[in-house]
Amino acid sequence: MSARPKKDLLLRGYVVLVFIFVFTPILTSFVFSVNSDRFPSIPLGHFTTHWYETILADPDVWDAFRISGIVSISVAVLATFIGFCTAYTDYRYNFTGKTLYLSLALLPPTIPLVIMGLAMLALLARINMSGEIYSIIVSHVVLCSPFAMAVIRMRLAQIDPDLESAAWNLGASNWRAMREVIVPFCRPAIASAFCLTAAVSFDEFAVAWFVSGLNKTVPVIILEILQGNTDPQINAIGSIVFITSMTLVILAQLILVRKTINQTATGI
Amino acid sequence: MNEVTDSPPLVSFDRVSKRYGSVVAVHTMNLKIYEGEFLAIMGPSGCGKTTSLRMLAGLEEPSEGDIHLGGKRINEISSIERDTPMVWQSLALFPFLSVQKNVEFGLKMRAMPAEERQQRARKWLDRMEILELADRDISQLSGGQKQRVALARSLVTEPRILLLDEPLSALDANLVVRMQGVLSRLQKELGITFVYVTHSQSEAFAMSDRVVIMSQGRIEQIGSPKAIYRSPASRFVADFVGANNILSGSIIGAGEGLKISTAVGEFQCKKSADMSFSDDDTLDMVISADLVQISMEDPKVQNSLRCRFISEEFVGSIVTIFAELEDGSDFKVQTRQRDLANMALEEGASFFASWNAADAHVIGGNRT
Repeated sequence: MSARPKKDLLLRGYVVLVFIFVFTPILTSFVFSVNSDRFPSIPLGHFTTHWYETILADPDVWDAFRISGIVSISVAVLATFIGFCTAYTDYRYNFTGKTLYLSLALLPPTIPLVIMGLAMLALLARINMSGEIYSIIVSHVVLCSPFAMAVIRMRLAQIDPDLESAAWNLGASNWRAMREVIVPFCRPAIASAFCLTAAVSFDEFAVAWFVSGLNKTVPVIILEILQGNTDPQINAIGSIVFITSMTLVILAQLILVRKTINQTATGI
Repeated sequence: MNEVTDSPPLVSFDRVSKRYGSVVAVHTMNLKIYEGEFLAIMGPSGCGKTTSLRMLAGLEEPSEGDIHLGGKRINEISSIERDTPMVWQSLALFPFLSVQKNVEFGLKMRAMPAEERQQRARKWLDRMEILELADRDISQLSGGQKQRVALARSLVTEPRILLLDEPLSALDANLVVRMQGVLSRLQKELGITFVYVTHSQSEAFAMSDRVVIMSQGRIEQIGSPKAIYRSPASRFVADFVGANNILSGSIIGAGEGLKISTAVGEFQCKKSADMSFSDDDTLDMVISADLVQISMEDPKVQNSLRCRFISEEFVGSIVTIFAELEDGSDFKVQTRQRDLANMALEEGASFFASWNAADAHVIGGNRT
């Protein structure tokens, strides 16, 4: 017997363990969100939707979902647009200071969120822009644009450099070629970037907590409930948030991977 | 192509240079391209052939000199307004559009009404014999089919000139020969100018009326395929085209013919009328490998030399023999398999190669 299948099995086991480690808390949270007991304990009580009903009856939670929805969609639109423009600039042009430009564009996610949130608050407060919904949007756009850029840049790296020239050659102006060739080619990446930035914004707590003021987003309201009383309401909200973000992220992946496979077969 | 050289050229390059920083891609190029001709620009990679084509297409701007198209200076006219469609090496078909939409692209950019452009696109798809593929995705096509889509897309605007940048380089050998036929026929039927850039001699010679040979940004020779094959104008062309043997030597007698002394012996060759030589001029003698006879015994003729057999390359009925001369330089002979059958050539065996004085072509000297 060769060592290969054994090693293979070991690796598979390891991957399974990692997944269990990551997903157990989330799964546990979900289980307790539909459990009747007040405190998370075993043995479980009976199945109930009581906690979901409680939070859905709370206007503050509704408000938080509304704000989070507005924020994440606005952020997704703006961040994807900025990300696309940055990625296209990088693809199309060479200029001095390009490395600096790129590192600046990719910088925000490397800054610790707490520092970022604090800095944003300091700035926005000074220019009288803090505590509004758009304060959260502005801060999240800064945070999310690099993600959008990274996804779209990856797609642009696969483009046949002759494609744009071919459009010009056939009589398309710069703008027309962008609209008819570059954007359609990047469409899966743009959709994917949209979902991804929406998910990041929907999930983000630290920065939102600093700049949101009275406009609480979902993660901020979770903390608030948690500080007040501990009951499975938290688990219920957590589960909704998790499912929302996961759906967006998985959608982003699916769009990107499927379209890319479809079209790389073309290039060759 | 003598009959067309009297009419004004469709395209002219007038002392055109292209520099990228300190690199000179194209060096003071003069070239006239005529209405309705199939012109091939051929050379090794980096010789400036693609740059020349891209300048004609408006994708690069010349650093110096003028390019005229149909009598009009087009240096500053952008690619968009030129109507010089190009067939790309990568084909550059739009992967997110159907075959039909790809072909319609150029018409759509010219704001042709939808119905008319669909009709026109279908006409060209039909002409390229791929009408049944109109609704397919590009990814579902074979290499040859993609080629036809690319041609239809470029020709749909019915231009006066079509530029082709090594369009066949991605196809396998069988398909290349078939597409050569398709392109040749198409060009004759349409009667428009084709400018075809390639590094492949067989593609250039099989299809074109005239061939331009380029090297290091300069034109080495312009002529019919036959002229280039039989009378290369420079040592570079002799090396690049065909299977030529080049013997360098100096003139020791320029009378009726030329007598040339080389490291491997003295040879006679014919003097062409437009050349003048004086004693001690150095020159290159080009002997095409297919014009050489071989024998085991010394043929006792004017132009013969002793070779040592090294190896042979057998391609169907033609065999190329690789041999070494007494001074260690290479010598090639092409002959029919049949003629070789009764010669016992083994590695290291010596044999004699000979040729007619009239078949040796001379490069160098002073042209008058």
